[in-house]
Amino acid sequence: MDLSLKIWRQKNKNEKGSMQDYSIKNIEPDMSFLEMLDVLNQQLISGGEEPVAFDHDCREGICGSCSLVINGAPHGPHKSTTTCQLHMRKFKSGDTIYIEPFRGSAFPIIKDLIVDRSSFDRIQQAGGYVSVNTSGNTVDANATPIPKPNADEAFKSAACIGCGACVAACKNSSAMLFVGAKVSQYAQLPQGKVERTERVKNMVVQMDKEGFGNCTNTGACEAHCPKEISLDNIVKLNREYLNSKIK
Amino acid sequence: MALSGIFLMIFLLQHLAINLTSLIPDNGETFNTISHFMGYNPIVQFVLQPILIFGVCFHFVMGFILEYQNRKARVQKYILHKTRSSWISRNMIISGLVILAFLILHFDDFWLPEINDKYINPVLPDPEKYFFHLQEQFYNQTYRTIFYCISFVLLGLHLNHGLASSFQSVGVSSANKHILKVAANVYSITITVGFISIAIFHYFIH
Repeated sequence: MDLSLKIWRQKNKNEKGSMQDYSIKNIEPDMSFLEMLDVLNQQLISGGEEPVAFDHDCREGICGSCSLVINGAPHGPHKSTTTCQLHMRKFKSGDTIYIEPFRGSAFPIIKDLIVDRSSFDRIQQAGGYVSVNTSGNTVDANATPIPKPNADEAFKSAACIGCGACVAACKNSSAMLFVGAKVSQYAQLPQGKVERTERVKNMVVQMDKEGFGNCTNTGACEAHCPKEISLDNIVKLNREYLNSKIK
Repeated sequence: MALSGIFLMIFLLQHLAINLTSLIPDNGETFNTISHFMGYNPIVQFVLQPILIFGVCFHFVMGFILEYQNRKARVQKYILHKTRSSWISRNMIISGLVILAFLILHFDDFWLPEINDKYINPVLPDPEKYFFHLQEQFYNQTYRTIFYCISFVLLGLHLNHGLASSFQSVGVSSANKHILKVAANVYSITITVGFISIAIFHYFIH
């Protein structure tokens, strides 16, 4: 496959970026999108140019490291697929592919296609956990009976890998789907219920501090989420938040 | 935002119900009776009307604040952005601005003359005037009728997204998502078709 690439290049967070054109030849259809970028980088390095910086880690669709807005869609045009699991057979030889970083004021660009998603870490630190007493009397989590529907719902929410595609897809750069998934996940479980009131308050406060936009229920986050996290998580987040304000 | 939206949606239903009485072939008697009651009942005038005006203003101000915050949340736009969401859900501010323009005209057509007659240049109450005034505004008034109809279509689209969205925002059970979608469709079509029918009826029939 021969492709034309338009890639966002930006030296650092302070300098202005722009789209640069690249041509790449002999790409195998069975290569992943990131492998195609690896080939491009090899080509750039051989030519004495700066390689394109992009995030990646597990390349198995579970770590949430990869990002990229490919042809206008976070993680590319294929539904329920992370960039690392997107294959080049989804494109045709001769295609022009636009590659941009996730955009949002709370996700500042570090370099090229790499954005700083530590705002998600800070939201998690604000309440996205279950406190444990490690005095020696800690009960094994698996020893607590949990109704199957609750376990299933919690598991669905826990599928969120925190990649930030919801923010990238949302016209408001809202992080409500991410926060909703984390809040819902714990609110379904007996271990998480203890701190549910404080958790939702603290996580929402942190989310607002980070500069994410507001949810206007466009549903773009759900449609572009590679892990199919449902919009229902935002409804649950709103309910948890209202309940925490009443209590 | 969601609560004021739900309040305004309830108001719109009663507004439509009252206006539909202008289609009853009784020479406007029912419409005049209800309009006169609404215009001179102290509870409606001095309790409900101020709440309504506050609700309208609050909804618009919150809409603008949300739009400002949301624009600030993404300063650098995408070169290419293809999103899987409906046009109206992404452009509530546009439909909202058209509704605001419509409301200014609507207030000028109906509400300001009423306030003038009551408080600025007071005249004796005329229980027969409402139907005549309504006909006067639409009969053969092509541009006004077209603008009203376009506004009602945008209002319908605004309500279609707004209804489901507002209930989601107040955390109404996700199990009712499908019911909410159906309710949003029924409600928005009723409001749009209802108000358009009234405008077109009075455009043609005097």
